[in-house]
Amino acid sequence: MGLFDKLKSALGKTRDKVVSSFKTVLPFGRKIDEDLLDDVYDTMIQDDFGPATADRLVDAVRTAWKAGDIAESQDIITHLKQHIVAQWPPAHRDLAKADTGPTVILVAGINGSGKTTSVAKLANYLKKQGKKVALAACDTYRAAAVLQLTEWSRRCGVDIIKHDQGADPGAVAYDACEAAVARKADILLVDTAGRLHTQDNLMRELNKIQRVVEKKIPGAPHEVLLVLDATSGQNAITQARSFSEHVTVSGIILAKLDGSAKGGIIVGIRDQLDVPVKFVGLGEQIDDIEPFDPETFVEALFAE
Amino acid sequence: MFDALTDRLNDVFRNMRGRGKITEDNVREVMRDVRTALLEADVHLDVVKSFVKEVTDKALGAEVVKTLHPEQVMVKIVNDELINLMGPIDSRIPWVAGGPTIILMAGLQGSGKTTTCAKLAKYCLDRDKKSMLVAADLKRPAAIDQLEVLGEQLGVPVHAERGHKNAVKVCRNGVGIAQKKLIDVVILDTAGRLSIDDELMTEIANVSRAVSPHQIYLVLDAMTGQDAVNTAKNFNERLELDGVILTKFDSDTRGGAILSVKSIVHKPIKFIGVGEKLDRLDEFHPDRMASRILGMGDIVSLVEQAQQQVDVEEAAKLEAKMKKGDLSLDDFVKQMDKVMGGRSLKDMLKMIPGVGGMMRDTDMKIDEGEITRMKAIVSSMTPKEKTDPKLLNASRRRRIARGSGADVEDVSGLCKQFIQARDMMKAMAGMGMRDRMKFGTQFAQQSMAGGKMPSFKAKTKPKFKPGRKDRRKARKRRSR
Repeated sequence: MGLFDKLKSALGKTRDKVVSSFKTVLPFGRKIDEDLLDDVYDTMIQDDFGPATADRLVDAVRTAWKAGDIAESQDIITHLKQHIVAQWPPAHRDLAKADTGPTVILVAGINGSGKTTSVAKLANYLKKQGKKVALAACDTYRAAAVLQLTEWSRRCGVDIIKHDQGADPGAVAYDACEAAVARKADILLVDTAGRLHTQDNLMRELNKIQRVVEKKIPGAPHEVLLVLDATSGQNAITQARSFSEHVTVSGIILAKLDGSAKGGIIVGIRDQLDVPVKFVGLGEQIDDIEPFDPETFVEALFAE
Repeated sequence: MFDALTDRLNDVFRNMRGRGKITEDNVREVMRDVRTALLEADVHLDVVKSFVKEVTDKALGAEVVKTLHPEQVMVKIVNDELINLMGPIDSRIPWVAGGPTIILMAGLQGSGKTTTCAKLAKYCLDRDKKSMLVAADLKRPAAIDQLEVLGEQLGVPVHAERGHKNAVKVCRNGVGIAQKKLIDVVILDTAGRLSIDDELMTEIANVSRAVSPHQIYLVLDAMTGQDAVNTAKNFNERLELDGVILTKFDSDTRGGAILSVKSIVHKPIKFIGVGEKLDRLDEFHPDRMASRILGMGDIVSLVEQAQQQVDVEEAAKLEAKMKKGDLSLDDFVKQMDKVMGGRSLKDMLKMIPGVGGMMRDTDMKIDEGEITRMKAIVSSMTPKEKTDPKLLNASRRRRIARGSGADVEDVSGLCKQFIQARDMMKAMAGMGMRDRMKFGTQFAQQSMAGGKMPSFKAKTKPKFKPGRKDRRKARKRRSR
């Protein structure tokens, strides 16, 4: 029997339960042993924590177990919850604000991560808080991206500053800053084109947008939010790192958390980079955005 | 792509080298590293487990331990198993005779469906198939506009019904029109949907029932984590997929999904998207991918790509020119552009067996700007100078240097290199295939020596400057 056949039959058993959750591997009252710790590790891997983070967390559990602090499986859940929640102190989650003039929020991310939708949701969220919001359509590359944002701006009733497709995004940012100041907007949301973090020229372009904004409005951009897809795997860490090298990423929007993926990758990111998560995207509707709440997030990780 | 996984595996195998003998402990240790490397690459946990177990068993089964070059045998085992895991695959699209081939595209939001639809249309166009795009993404604002813009770029008709809410109807109408217009391929672009969104999954299942597509492809982001398998499974349950297209492969993702999808969902990867441009869609070949993962290069794809870019007639003309030795700098640049086809020099070099590893070992820096600078220099020449670089005297060189913003040495270096290359080509044109290859290897070895790329900059040789004594000697010689 070749490897492939064996693999097929081996996987046949597990295929029905590709999703194993902490709840199923940690039945109430089970005594902790090495096998159980292995299962916890595997679950973490399936939730995209990544091997390094999973190793670290399991080691922490093992230490606590050896020290006699915890003994049964439900203790593991409590222990991990505390451990993970503590990584995101509340102070980290508020949006920065300009002392005077418009607060500029630059939104960046790779192609298809959900930038434009997140910008629209954010605009709606902030508008509901009574802020005057303006959008800058700096994605001049993708076909019809400007149209997409224009449609969103119409739906939530906010201003949009745009040029034609193919225009220089730096120029759009420049005009948007002027317009935001002139119209006395509280918040300027800058949507940018999706770019892979490996495309050096495009990353430099993003940096240029940031510099243009910096020049026009002192202290801006007050926030640079990186949009990450909750279904993405370990590459998200590389994304976060590369974007941070080119612009001053101050927070993360975790989009598409309503899918079947649990977004464990942000635990890994928090483990390796000091970038807080500020918002989570939970659906396609304009209201489907919420400030990130670590307790709910961790609760969801351990649910089911 | 795959760089990081390749690096990890290469490290692992390098560590095996020079140990002389492989023991069970070594193998297990090595496989632990392989396991972590695969998990970091987002390969699904179950696949990793079986893979590691299988390779360990084989490696311990005497095959490896007794050989002289255990690491080579290990590489071979891993390579074979990787190919097994991803293949066998027929990456062609089975065209339907008479009547349009209907292709339905499905996937999560932001996986790259619309772009991939356009890329597929281009793929059909290149194979002389008339294609039509149907805009059935009625959810995302401006999705129809996006497809229309892309269709216009390609010169491919797009069927769209604005203000419509029913994707099933739009698709059915689109297919009807295609039949009337004698279109060969209809590509249906649908809205992105979550695999757990029952309402939308029912909608796409209805589309599928209504038009009975010949091929259903799932578009999947290569950067997806462990969840890739769940997504593929869920879509497959509702749609009976024919294949998967992995997108955004030009990032530095380790692309573990590629290994997991085939072995768990039993659906082949058909294509991979490797760039934003519409011609950046590659057919998927497991064997080539395996050697790429292991850093063994991918010469077959490289040659194929080069062949695709160069047209036969032009190549014949060029060869005649080469034989005569009157290749111009213009031809040279044009050829270079064609072969590169928008790829970076580094990407090209990595596809050559052995070079990938060498680049890592020596930490070779590739100056991508070199080609741009070279082009600038050439464009600053007059047509006459381009055909005969020997014309270039010091004054002309200074002018060109000023015009292109390069140094005079760069201009001189380029000319010298070009004349050398031209002479070499002339010599090679007369040779048989075997001699050519030998010659090529020698040339490559010469220029690659020391882990350095051949540079266009002329080496500044210390010129022999005659001193006072020498001059006196020369005068004496002359007067004699």
